[in-house]
Amino acid sequence: MSEEKYIPNSKIGQWFDSRLPLLTLSAHLREYPTPRNLNYWWTFGGILTFFLITQIVTGVILAMYYVAHSDLAFESIEHIMRDINYGWLIRYVHANGSSMFFLAVYIHIFRTLYYGSYKSPREVIWITGLIIYLFMMVTAFTGYVLPWGQMSFWAATVITNLFSAIPLIGENITEWLWGGYSVGNPTLNRFYSLHYLFPFLIFGLVILHIWALHVPGNNNPVGIDVKKNNNETVSFHPFIVMKDLFALLVFLIIFFIFVFFAPNVLGHPDNYIVANPLVTPSHIVPEWYLLPFYAILRAIPSKLGGVIFMFASIFILMLLPWLDTSKVRSATFRPLYKKFFWILVVTVILLGYLGAKPPEGIYLILARIATIYYFVHFLIILPLLGRYEKTSPLPLSISDPVLNKPDIVDKFKKIVGEYEGENVDSFK
Amino acid sequence: MLIRLNSFLINIIFFIFISVISNPAYSEEKNVDLLKINWSFKGLLGTFDRSSLQRGYQVYQEVCSACHSIQYLSYRNLSEKGGPEFSEEEAKAIAAQFEVLDGPNSEGEMFTRSGRLSDKFVKPFPNVEAATAANGGAYPPDMSVLAKARKGGADYIYSLLLGYEDAPAGYELDDGVYYNKYMTGQKIKMLKPLSDGAVEYSDGTQATEAQMAKDVATFLTWAAEPHLEVRHKTGVRAILYLIVLIILVYFSMKKVWSRVDSKDDLEQQEDTFDKVEKWTTQYEGDDPKSFK
Ligand code: HEC
Ligand code: HEM
Repeated sequence: MSEEKYIPNSKIGQWFDSRLPLLTLSAHLREYPTPRNLNYWWTFGGILTFFLITQIVTGVILAMYYVAHSDLAFESIEHIMRDINYGWLIRYVHANGSSMFFLAVYIHIFRTLYYGSYKSPREVIWITGLIIYLFMMVTAFTGYVLPWGQMSFWAATVITNLFSAIPLIGENITEWLWGGYSVGNPTLNRFYSLHYLFPFLIFGLVILHIWALHVPGNNNPVGIDVKKNNNETVSFHPFIVMKDLFALLVFLIIFFIFVFFAPNVLGHPDNYIVANPLVTPSHIVPEWYLLPFYAILRAIPSKLGGVIFMFASIFILMLLPWLDTSKVRSATFRPLYKKFFWILVVTVILLGYLGAKPPEGIYLILARIATIYYFVHFLIILPLLGRYEKTSPLPLSISDPVLNKPDIVDKFKKIVGEYEGENVDSFK
Repeated sequence: MLIRLNSFLINIIFFIFISVISNPAYSEEKNVDLLKINWSFKGLLGTFDRSSLQRGYQVYQEVCSACHSIQYLSYRNLSEKGGPEFSEEEAKAIAAQFEVLDGPNSEGEMFTRSGRLSDKFVKPFPNVEAATAANGGAYPPDMSVLAKARKGGADYIYSLLLGYEDAPAGYELDDGVYYNKYMTGQKIKMLKPLSDGAVEYSDGTQATEAQMAKDVATFLTWAAEPHLEVRHKTGVRAILYLIVLIILVYFSMKKVWSRVDSKDDLEQQEDTFDKVEKWTTQYEGDDPKSFK
């Protein structure tokens, strides 16, 4: 996107770059013009990239010692925790890293919702992002099964059983997923295989995601297009790199607190009990980041209905760019949307809370209301807002938001205009 | 301003969110509040109390190991740093007390020999079924990670050991089932394992029930998390290092950005002046009078 064509300095560089333009790519990444008014909610893309790489690196190391067999998996993890040098560190980083990854992705997604970054021309960035998110859930779920503790086993049982709700072929699909007549060693093996595969699919998708980002460029907190190549943008390196790095380091503090001082609070104690098909835990709960979907699943009275609504809750997001018909991107200039945005945030957190509670009494009622509201937000409120909301006036450019200092040049122009009007001839 | 307010709100939501996910959500069975102790291993720099660990090992060995295994601990762990830190000789002597099944030898026979440092803790029963059968149909869980497998960890084990009581009047208890107020459902199939003086401590500590419970809970916490001390130490170091790095990066970031921030303000001002100047000179040059 840089205006002049990049030419490497050295001869070798030129030779290589004309055959495989990696240097041009790197120059493009360094110079990539980024709006200068991005706030810290924009640093989570970089944080996500860091965590993806962290998961892959620690995961590959764990895979050197992990044994994917239902009789040995639990023991092999204890071996890693006890006998491998810094094995405990690798494992705790990997386990808590996935929680941080999801925390970051949720912030990243809600950032997108707030600033309307999913709108034209960024629909494809949004959709690749959602596919990444779906793949992250597959990866996290298959990963959770690997230690072969009680929650691993029973979460796998509950989730794979969902497919049996599909009419006619459901039972067959479930058995096909299991590789047998119940969750067992074959299930563990195929989950391991998938758990190794998916992060690399995600990696590929992230490349597409960023590629798609670099076509229109970043959105920004004001939500209007920036004019490239003037003082409204800065080059990615060093400005954004430094800012992302700073934000990442601050985020790492939270991460380190979990890894070193509370490595097990985000997990479930039952997963330190080896899987036992004969003993059902009193409450089967997924990891925290999947709880909202679990709540939706159980809020619907029929199994098939629950499954449909659960998947619909994600796929509806794919349609978001077309459901939200407002032309204004940033919530800053959409007084009503802003309120509904926060209600949605609260609804999703409430769903997460309810996902951890037994589906009975007040919990079930609340879960149903929250589920209905979730869909109402996207299917009814957003289209109506697009039509009826009165948005505040947009600034002319990101550097002189109307909210900010009055525009001197404009004022002066006006004065000049008055003279012009009065005595046009005297100027020529 | 609005954006500030929103980040503030998001922070609040974030913290509510963290507190929601990190504790009450998973705890369904509401048990009686656990007895709480000031464990030496809690906190940022928490370390184990060595002598408590050694006494805890004694309690485990003399009482609990009749029924409970610790299959993932090896005798060498007893002399490793961050654990009970018996001397290597002591650990060897401990290992040597046990008969270990080994083999097959060159004749294809299994044989027993005395334990070595590299051996895993010898189990009281050959398998889960044997352990269950010998304990009236209840499996005494392996203790390798027991402290992590129960909500409340050390507090829970401590409370459970002190939680035996006479069942309330009219409470039905089958044979071999005992009333314990901290157990799920208040029914446990483990006979009260500790009573005052159940072991004799060589360091002169009074072997009261509470003391033994505390020692064995400490030992089991270490057994479940043998690298806890290194973890704490590494954590404090890593975070201090991170803070220094954050400060450095913060100032470099400010420096880098000052290039655009100040340049920009200046540029904008200059821009404005330029324009103003241009217009004024236009007027002035052409017809200065038209201004008055
Ligand atoms: C006579 C055999 C026996 C001895 C000795 C024994 N236990 Fe147990 N223990 C059991 C059995 C059996 C169970 C399973 C109880 C149940 O599931 O109801 C059990 C369960 C436990 C539990 C788990 C309770 C739960 O939440 O499921 C703990 C903790 C425990 N024992 C600690 C100890 C400690 C500490 C000692 C030594 C001081 C000890 N036990 C000595 C037989 C024994
Ligand atoms: C592995 C997970 C992901 C990685 C590594 C990643 C990475 C990035 C990066 C580096 C950026 C640019 C910086 C930024 O705006 O923060 C970005 C932008 C974006 N991401 Fe993601 N992302 C991930 C997941 C997602 C998901 C799940 C979604 C939405 C469902 C999403 C939606 C977007 C959108 C819409 C943008 C453009 C925002 C803008 O205009 O700046 N991303 N992503």
